[in-house]
Amino acid sequence: MTVKQLSVFLENKPGRLAELTKALRQNGIDMRAMSIADAPDFGIARVIVDDPYEAACVLKDAGYVLSVTPVLAVAIPDEAGSLYEILRVLGENEINLEYTYAFPTAKKGQALMIFRVENNEKAIEALSGLSIVPLCQDAINQL
Amino acid sequence: MGNYFQPEIECASPEQIRAWQDERLMHTVRHVYDNVAYYRNLMKERGVEPGDIKSVDDLYKLPFLTKDDLRDAYPYGLLAVPLRDTVRIQSTSGTTGRRVVAFYTQHDIDLWDDCCARAIVAAGGTKDDVVHVCYGYGLFTGGPGLNGGSHRLGSLTLPMSSGNTDRQIQFMCDLGSTILCCTPSYAAYLAESICERGLQDQIKLKAGIFGAEAWSEEMRRDIENKLNIKAYDIYGLTEISGPGVSFECSEQTGMHINEDHFIAEIIDPVTGKVLPEGEKGELVFTSITKEAFPLLRYRTRDICVLSRKKCSCGRTHVKMTKPMGRSDDMLIVKGVNVFPSQIETVLLNKGYAANYQIIVSRENNSDRLEVQVEMTPEMFSDAVSEIAVREKELVDALKSMLGIYAVVRLVTPKSIARSEGKAVRIIDKRNLYE
Ligand SMILES: [Zn+2]
Repeated sequence: MTVKQLSVFLENKPGRLAELTKALRQNGIDMRAMSIADAPDFGIARVIVDDPYEAACVLKDAGYVLSVTPVLAVAIPDEAGSLYEILRVLGENEINLEYTYAFPTAKKGQALMIFRVENNEKAIEALSGLSIVPLCQDAINQL
Repeated sequence: MGNYFQPEIECASPEQIRAWQDERLMHTVRHVYDNVAYYRNLMKERGVEPGDIKSVDDLYKLPFLTKDDLRDAYPYGLLAVPLRDTVRIQSTSGTTGRRVVAFYTQHDIDLWDDCCARAIVAAGGTKDDVVHVCYGYGLFTGGPGLNGGSHRLGSLTLPMSSGNTDRQIQFMCDLGSTILCCTPSYAAYLAESICERGLQDQIKLKAGIFGAEAWSEEMRRDIENKLNIKAYDIYGLTEISGPGVSFECSEQTGMHINEDHFIAEIIDPVTGKVLPEGEKGELVFTSITKEAFPLLRYRTRDICVLSRKKCSCGRTHVKMTKPMGRSDDMLIVKGVNVFPSQIETVLLNKGYAANYQIIVSRENNSDRLEVQVEMTPEMFSDAVSEIAVREKELVDALKSMLGIYAVVRLVTPKSIARSEGKAVRIIDKRNLYE
């Protein structure tokens, strides 16, 4: 029920992000979502791709330092208050949310969000109370 | 025990060594006084005559010689024999100012070869070894020195020279090199490359002899573990002959100076006063067996300590510590002495790669010290806060080692140039002399 996200170290220097996306594109890897975490002197690019295993190999070969992190990809009904509901449930179950970002889709009426939480199992269980089932990797690939 | 090339010399009694030194020093002083106008003038200025030097105890009476003297006397001003008796020139890399050239007669080369052969044997080398020399050849003394020592010993010598890492590794695997001779930073790079390619099982190395630049104990352990070898330090300088002035033995606690050829002193770098054994100061050498280019009281700029403590290897020659810094390399940042080796120690202790760069600049009339470190998979995390914590630990460790604050900058892996010769680790942008 989790999706494999690649977290890639980026030096704080112009052009580093462009190089990263180029490396992925040149190897035929399709990037589905991305978010950048910034520190004063470096950054971490968090990316969701169609083939995380291949992408990790390609980037390691290209000299990148990276880690693979299981995160939750959740389809959120496009109606008022639905994000609030999710955050409320996570909060009530004392599950720390480290970060979240949006995942662009072509599908109308639905938003996808990536959640990085402290404990995936616990979060999945909590979300089941809302009848929400996080997407698995295959579902992402078919988007 | 038992690994000696010339046991009767390497394990001679202190009295015997002293007797050799007294006699050879007197002879050398007379030799340079008679044949080198530059020395004659220096000695006359000091009011010293050859007859005043009767033993090592009189050494202090002689004037010092510095790199500036060597530059002033360039090219032939310190040559002590007719040109027709010389057979070789070597030279320093000359990063600043004029090059320094050193001359050798065949006798000088033979003695240099002996010194390097002693170092190889001390590292466990025998006639059965394959000695892989990837120090640079040419004017740099590293390649010719170890090459000569290996020949003298009768080992199979691979004169690889530096560079072309693929070919180095290929030969190492194919020919079964057993002893690796190169700079420590290149050894670290080779070790990293060999591990990356998963070739650890294909190499037969048992020992390495690494010198010509500063390296830390942590770097030694790192190379030893990755290559499964024993890594030995070797010291020397072109002015005095080249590598092999001193070398490490099985105890790995300092380098035995070949005292039958070189007299070592430790002086206070500011006052020039000779310091007692065990005190830290600048290393000064007097070569007492050279014909073409003997140097009296040459200031090396290397800061170290001498020790006459009995060594478990059986050698009786004095030991020097690894240089703790070079007064040349020493940076003065915010009024504090900073040695690159200190920074390297901290990085390796904290699990970072040995590759780093120090950038000193001046902002608003205040010095700024930046240490650039390559990110490693071990140090990386998906969370910015975790990396920040590790960065902070590094900053704190640097502060406690150096006494001043250094900015840490994490950079892309392998983005800092790997050196195949001497490492360039310091970029000083302050233009203090303009
Ligand atoms: Zn010893």
